[in-house]
Amino acid sequence: MRKFKSFLRGLGLVAIVIVGLVIWSRLPWPAVLLLVVLLALWLVLTRRGRQTLSITSVGISTLRQRIGASLVVVVGIAGVVGVLVAMLAMGEGFQSTLQQTGSDDTAIVLRGGSNAELNSVLDRDSVNVVVQAPGVARSADGKPVASAEQSVVANLPKRSDASVEANVPIRGVGDEAWTLRPNVKIVQGRRFKPGLRELVVGQGAMRQFAGLDVGRQLRLAGQEWSIVGEFTSGDSHDSELWGDAQTVASAYRRGSSVQSVTVRLTSPQAFDAFKAALSSDPRLKVDVSTTREYFSKQSENLTKVIRVVGITVGVIMAIGAIFGALNTMFAAIAARAREIATLRAIGFRGLPVVVSVLMETMLLALLGGVLGGLISWLIFNGYTASTLGANFSQVVFQFKVSPELLWLGIKWAMAIGFVGGLFPAVRAARLPVTTALREL
Amino acid sequence: MKYLHLIWAALFRRKTRTILTLVSIIAAFLLFGMLDAVRTAFDSGNQSIAGVDRLVTSSRYSIIQPLPESLKTRIAAIPGVRDVGHANWFGGIYQDPKNFVFSYAVSPNYLDLYPEIHLPAGQRKAFDDNRTGAVIGDKLAQKYGWKVGDKIPLQSTIFPQKNGSKTWTFDIEGIFTVEKGAANGLDQMFMLHWKYFDEANAFGNGTVGWYIDRLTDPALGDRVAHAIDALSANSDHETKTQTEQAFSASFAKQLGDIGLIVGSIMGAVFFTLILLTANTMAQAVRERTSELAVLKTIGFSSRSVLALVLAESVLLLMIGGVVGLGVAAVLAPAIGKGSGGMINLPPVGAGSWAMGLGLMVLIGLVVGALPAWRAMRLNIVDALAGR
Repeated sequence: MRKFKSFLRGLGLVAIVIVGLVIWSRLPWPAVLLLVVLLALWLVLTRRGRQTLSITSVGISTLRQRIGASLVVVVGIAGVVGVLVAMLAMGEGFQSTLQQTGSDDTAIVLRGGSNAELNSVLDRDSVNVVVQAPGVARSADGKPVASAEQSVVANLPKRSDASVEANVPIRGVGDEAWTLRPNVKIVQGRRFKPGLRELVVGQGAMRQFAGLDVGRQLRLAGQEWSIVGEFTSGDSHDSELWGDAQTVASAYRRGSSVQSVTVRLTSPQAFDAFKAALSSDPRLKVDVSTTREYFSKQSENLTKVIRVVGITVGVIMAIGAIFGALNTMFAAIAARAREIATLRAIGFRGLPVVVSVLMETMLLALLGGVLGGLISWLIFNGYTASTLGANFSQVVFQFKVSPELLWLGIKWAMAIGFVGGLFPAVRAARLPVTTALREL
Repeated sequence: MKYLHLIWAALFRRKTRTILTLVSIIAAFLLFGMLDAVRTAFDSGNQSIAGVDRLVTSSRYSIIQPLPESLKTRIAAIPGVRDVGHANWFGGIYQDPKNFVFSYAVSPNYLDLYPEIHLPAGQRKAFDDNRTGAVIGDKLAQKYGWKVGDKIPLQSTIFPQKNGSKTWTFDIEGIFTVEKGAANGLDQMFMLHWKYFDEANAFGNGTVGWYIDRLTDPALGDRVAHAIDALSANSDHETKTQTEQAFSASFAKQLGDIGLIVGSIMGAVFFTLILLTANTMAQAVRERTSELAVLKTIGFSSRSVLALVLAESVLLLMIGGVVGLGVAAVLAPAIGKGSGGMINLPPVGAGSWAMGLGLMVLIGLVVGALPAWRAMRLNIVDALAGR
């Protein structure tokens, strides 16, 4: 019967933990703040609360004697949070780089069925139809703001390791490309001149790949090209090399065809009309999307994979850390068994004991969470990496340790602390006073 | 060995603590197993023994640049080249974009270049005779439940047919198996006829993606590679020829530094693990001070006490580590299935096991060292007096 009872109690605790974690994972920060305030009020204003406070302060003041064991909790949780935040920061960075690239008032037109520029081909006639479609913005001199572009890929050695060659995207752009993407700014050198074999290099590409400094010569498609400038755009164009569309096309023997057309729309609302016009045109067989949609879609898969991997790794590490915390806290309770029994003998109730042990564990966990988040912020925020993107070429992106991610890390830490502290806390409160006093 | 039960008893003296520690170790080695499997999968291009006699010739500028088919006879004429085949990336998907199928359009002799691929002779003949035929790896057949004789519609993400349709229908004529030690992923391949592909494809006719050159002798690799690249030097389709291993390794490297990411995670995991287990061991030895003193009193030498404590910590790590790696070995294929093939974890290989066992022993020794040292230096009188 007693066994059955304790089994039921264990089951109940597990249920509490699961429910607690589910609620916790959905809790927005104001609710958490509210909880903290309520807890503080309870601690200060009620008798039980004050009891809790005094037990906790005893526990915390003896932490120094158990420094090794307490460090295990802190470091273990810091490891979980650090890895989790770093992995998610990678996904976030990649996603935001690609999402920023697009906007709602520019549209990209590709051949029907091709989901990336690399797979797409549009002939000159189609391009002419596209740029004359309704909804396309016009510049002061009445020309449509549109750029018919080539997208090719070159193999270049990486700066970090010259033996690794990676695909660098080269974009051949039309004259209007600069007005179309006002965020692209030359920071060094000058723009390329149409008709010449000149290139400007994105900042990200320049940092990742060797031999792209301004003034250097580069051999592409069997011809010498000179690099005349460096640009920055703050989005995925940063990974690219830009040259004149016609020159790139002739070097790569693309004839008069291009791979995509990007146009500026008169307004985001004009998109539907623009798309409808192109879709109903019997001369064309094209896919039309806003650039925001197009680039967001490219980041979807990889971001999802990174998230899944990051959370899986995080969960497994968290399990390890929970058991580490359990171990430490059980040992701490065992060391303080007499003291706790004495407190209960002189009239302290179970709840303050449970809460104080929980608070102690969660305090350690918070410390670990903050430490882990801080470390991964210091190391990884702004860390530049590159990977293979949808266009079969490298996308340079930066890890982004956002406040949301840090908050998520802290929430994980608190959850680990909660689970790791709850079971020892309950044991401490339930230990028969007489047994505990007789021990040792 | 005769002390095993003694060590065992010491280990499970405090069941709760040992089990809690064990679970942490299991979690750490579970992660290690999975991550190391991923790492080796990315490296395996370098390690597979099969295919040392094959070179890959692709465009010098980038893999997306097609090469003319006419190069084939010129490559075949180079001394040292036994046979030349070629392939195109088809980029097939089955029903849904997330069901990506590794599909190549291959030349008729392509299968001959891969002796590690075993296709029954009858099926091979059926494939050769059917213009729209295809042969697939057994893993792929398993994944979608495809059988010989099935008609499979694949969509190409890149190539529409001349009639504008993106869906290509193929007849499965054969299912091949792949020898052990072959490059990863070969058993997931879908091969169709280049001739059919080239005729029906709306773009890039008469071009191939890359050539596979089989050598008469692997030692000739460098010389032949230079000779092949010299054929197209200064043309508009300069080539780059490298060994198959180097070719596939370059792909994996493009994804980013997998090794670095996996390495840093493992570092964080094991650092935590060491700290945690060391703490447990220190506690265990501190608690047993008097018992150890008794052991010494009844005649155990200081050195055997040291060995006992070290053995205890190594045993702890071994139990947890082996269970963890075992779970990883079971879980990895399960995750692959559960995610519908979106995440494909390779099985835990012998290399990972060896490295894992090494790590277990090493970490066991590291965390046991300090407590064991303390146990060895124990003064019997002080310990028994509880000082």
